[in-house]
Amino acid sequence: MAADLVAFARAVTQGAIRVIDLTQTLSQEFPTIVLPPEFGQCAPFRIEEVSRYDERGPAWYWNNITLGEHTGTHFDAPVHWISGKDLPNNAVDTIEPRNFVAPASVIDCSRECAGNPDFELTVPFVEAWEAKHGRIAPGDWVLLRTDWSKLPYPQYAGMRDDGAHTPGPTPGAVKWLVEQRDVHGFGTETIGTDYGQAQHFNPPYPAHFYMHGKGRFGLQCLTNLDKLPPKGAVIVAAPLKIKNGSGSPLRVLALIEEAA
Amino acid sequence: MTRPLDPPKRKDPLKKTRQPLYPQPVRSRTAQGLTAAAALGRFELQKCLDCNAVIYPPRDACPKCLSARVPFVPVHNGGQVLAETTIHTSTDPYFRERTPWRAGLTKLDVGPVVLSHLHGDVREGARVRLDLKLDKGGAPVMIALPDQETPHMADDPQLREMTCDPKFRRALITDGRGAVGQAMAKAFSEAGSTIVFVGIADPWKPFPGQDALGKIPRVEIVALDVTDSESVSEQAEQIGGRVDIIVNTADYVRPGGIMQRHGLTVAREEMDVRYFGLMRLAQAFGPGMRARGADGANSAAAFVNLLSVHALMNWPQYGGYSAAEAAALSAAQCLRAELRPGGVKVLNVFFGPLETEWFQTVPPPKVAPAALARAVVQALQRGQEELFIGDVAQDICARLAVNPKAIERELG
Repeated sequence: MAADLVAFARAVTQGAIRVIDLTQTLSQEFPTIVLPPEFGQCAPFRIEEVSRYDERGPAWYWNNITLGEHTGTHFDAPVHWISGKDLPNNAVDTIEPRNFVAPASVIDCSRECAGNPDFELTVPFVEAWEAKHGRIAPGDWVLLRTDWSKLPYPQYAGMRDDGAHTPGPTPGAVKWLVEQRDVHGFGTETIGTDYGQAQHFNPPYPAHFYMHGKGRFGLQCLTNLDKLPPKGAVIVAAPLKIKNGSGSPLRVLALIEEAA
Repeated sequence: MTRPLDPPKRKDPLKKTRQPLYPQPVRSRTAQGLTAAAALGRFELQKCLDCNAVIYPPRDACPKCLSARVPFVPVHNGGQVLAETTIHTSTDPYFRERTPWRAGLTKLDVGPVVLSHLHGDVREGARVRLDLKLDKGGAPVMIALPDQETPHMADDPQLREMTCDPKFRRALITDGRGAVGQAMAKAFSEAGSTIVFVGIADPWKPFPGQDALGKIPRVEIVALDVTDSESVSEQAEQIGGRVDIIVNTADYVRPGGIMQRHGLTVAREEMDVRYFGLMRLAQAFGPGMRARGADGANSAAAFVNLLSVHALMNWPQYGGYSAAEAAALSAAQCLRAELRPGGVKVLNVFFGPLETEWFQTVPPPKVAPAALARAVVQALQRGQEELFIGDVAQDICARLAVNPKAIERELG
């Protein structure tokens, strides 16, 4: 077994297993989720220089940063949503660390989403995907490839006077993924795991409601999903160990076997 | 007739930028009464409460009856020029490089004879209005203006030394997402600003008035977020050398007190926009402006802070907001002292509730953004340092001088 692990590490170093970075750079400009202004807001990423080889610290450069638990590419823990608030080990500091490594099924709907920000992921769509690529295994991350991460920010955020317009799953699809496929969690390229207009679904925000209600996880603001195979990638996504944290910005890595 | 100001030529890059100078600034403590009036654009002199004599220059006792009861009060500013002179040389470095300079004696209708600066359209024997102004060093001075408006009167070089006229200057409106910023952009464009830079944060979020803002003549939209130090310094690197007037329109209005609010998230955002935002702008743009205080007709001239009058007395219904405004006011006072050596004025504008969304439940009187913008332009044209606009602000200003405790009790 130990030999397998060392062989694995060698394969990573030598490039036989490729590491794909699924993380957006934490920057001030990257859109953060917008709630109606009377609600509390997630802090955007901000950076203040502490010193840069100057009178504030002659030989060293460092920054202080501020950000919310849900800023940039981030992980959602079950405690984030009211439906998951009473589950055991539901915060980023108490989740079993083995949950931070899991395989992924990557559902490509980039063609359907192109020019259609209101694309809804449905059960028949996922079934059609399974017919082609095989059944989603229990414990798989389901990652939704929309190529949304390639859009300029105004289209990426999709803000209009009736709210955000970005692709996402229907309540039926999320419920089915949790109950019929026992998935590990749901990940997207968009600002949230939910459909842009998901406040009008029943229940509202189903990706949050069902996933977190059953102790599953969320990943959002992912990028480079177009570099992943439909099946076979392994995701390493370990959030910061924030005391009773509802989520955390993190580095999300995908390991894929280089095609021979 | 005043020769209309020529649009400033582009700078000769081989010429050194003239460093700011200012006239002798020392005044007696009593004479700061003139500073207070000039800051507000008022004409006030001392008047003896015992013998009614109007007194000038400022003194601690009435020269006629020796009474010590000599407060500054508004008086009529009309008079007649008795004598004029044109100064061609001076030992004072500030005036040396600005000669010829006209000065004259005016006999005020209310009594005193005053030695003052003369507007170019004023001749010996003419009826004039004396105006109290703050000079480049922030000290109170008087200038005799024509009795009636004359063509291009504001372009007089001596008068323009004492004002911050937006005409031919380049303004930066720091936040154009709201009604106030948009009204300000329009007012500065109409006042003849050559460029009106308008900062927009989070350009991926649409905002009302976006199209109309872009269509205002000479408006240039720039990326600027006062809560992001890097955004502010990057913008200063690009346009800092061309900003003559900053109007900080970035606001953050939320109801709620200190104890009643749930947590600190909103309070942090308030302080981030209002206090740290001002500090970021001051650090990024301030030094350049201070260095360009004497840079020709489009010299750096003013930094304008828009402040709630509740910076002066907390309004518990908007208690957290009032506290952040008070922090911004204190920072603005510091900035005023820091910019003064460059001859750059800090104009603090105080108002009560505005006719904007966050004061929706507050009954009138409220200040409309367009009225606020017009008043700011006018105050700059007059060279003021303080402005109270609207009934609420003027009332609180007047009553603070009489009984601040009464306002405190009545506000909450």
